[in-house]
Amino acid sequence: MNQYRQIFREGMWDNNVAMGQMLALCPLLAVTTSATNGLGMGIASLAVLMITNIMISAVRGVISPQVRIPVLIVLIATVVTMVDMAINAFLHDLYKVLGLFIALIVTNCAIFGRAESFASKQPVHLAAADALSMGLGFTWVLVAVGAMREIIGSGTLFANASLLLGSHFAWLETEVIPHYSGILLAILPPGAFMALGFLIVIKRMIDRRLSSSSNDGLVTIQSHC
Amino acid sequence: MEQPLDQTTQSTPTAAFRDQPLYQALLLGGACAIVSLLLVVGNLGTHQTIADHLTADKLAMLAQVLPQSYYDNDPLNDTEQLSSPVLSGPATLMLARKDGDITALALQISIAGWGGIIDMIMATTPDGELLGVRIISHKETPGLADKIERPKSDWITGFDGASLANTPEQQWAVQKDGGRFDQFTGATITPRAVVKGVHQGLLLIEQWRQQQPQFQQPSSVAITGNEQEILQ
Repeated sequence: MNQYRQIFREGMWDNNVAMGQMLALCPLLAVTTSATNGLGMGIASLAVLMITNIMISAVRGVISPQVRIPVLIVLIATVVTMVDMAINAFLHDLYKVLGLFIALIVTNCAIFGRAESFASKQPVHLAAADALSMGLGFTWVLVAVGAMREIIGSGTLFANASLLLGSHFAWLETEVIPHYSGILLAILPPGAFMALGFLIVIKRMIDRRLSSSSNDGLVTIQSHC
Repeated sequence: MEQPLDQTTQSTPTAAFRDQPLYQALLLGGACAIVSLLLVVGNLGTHQTIADHLTADKLAMLAQVLPQSYYDNDPLNDTEQLSSPVLSGPATLMLARKDGDITALALQISIAGWGGIIDMIMATTPDGELLGVRIISHKETPGLADKIERPKSDWITGFDGASLANTPEQQWAVQKDGGRFDQFTGATITPRAVVKGVHQGLLLIEQWRQQQPQFQQPSSVAITGNEQEILQ
């Protein structure tokens, strides 16, 4: 049980994909113009990471270290393509919203990072837990960066969420600052760097406070990939 | 937290064999073969469904600018290719007919915007009056210039009813440039491109009409010398 707690702690905070490992920044910076877009990208990445982690963990005994990188890349690219085709064919309405994100996952080195540093060395159940934890950790950062940029840039939060999640979630759409013309910078690419930068600063400050104020054996785990 | 490496590296391929170049080659080749097979199967299983969805999407898009009641033919397959150097690609003219007579014209064009190509579709009456314009796809700044999309804003409906006859050439511009169409704050290039695309589309349609025998009656709009230049 403790193992799972550790895995979730790593994914959600200590070794978070975007804030700890600093991976997957390309899709993160590109799509987070709104909280809804961030959520869409997060869900798509989580699903792909889940499939690839489980699959790679299942075949880890066969893959030899010398050619593991091309084999992993081929497997991941295939999974992304298959997911793309399957959603396009069978969940076409969802595809119209998520389509953009799924193609971007190919550029997501976090998927490869987890395959390489975790799934190819660990049993399937732990690899699945790792995928869930890393995926959720990535999702919350995407939503946080998206929300910061959306509130500052256009004064709304979760705008068009019902297009992604269905009309049951229309209540998520809020106008935070009415009649607000928005600060363009937040929506443009530099805004993404700034929002992520502030988040990382906040995380580091919290980490420092935690490690200096407690002597109860809390050890900061260094990122390792 | 790294656990001791999972040593159950199932002894299926023996350690010695796993280090052989032959094993690496077989593994890589095998992985590629399996993956290719999967992709072929996946593509075969989905491409027809995807093509059907794309046709349905196109028809739904067409229905937004051209109500189904206008035609009884299949406009997606009753088309002509037009071209203009101002546009970023060939334009597809779709003819809507009822009992064989042309009841409306739909034109799909693409024009360069701020972030990439903007694809749009417009429909006009046979007289060249706009029934509607919709954006099919674009790469403009999300949250800023995507107000050209219909569900996000009503902006695009501002073109309804406009024609070359009721809007003189200098009015085919955003208000900032002295025209009759709104721009939105923070984004000027995108609405400018859309206005230009719509105007160019109407000019193409007008040019096409003048080549058709059934429209030989002098049209209400005479193409001015300047517009003629744009067309060439």
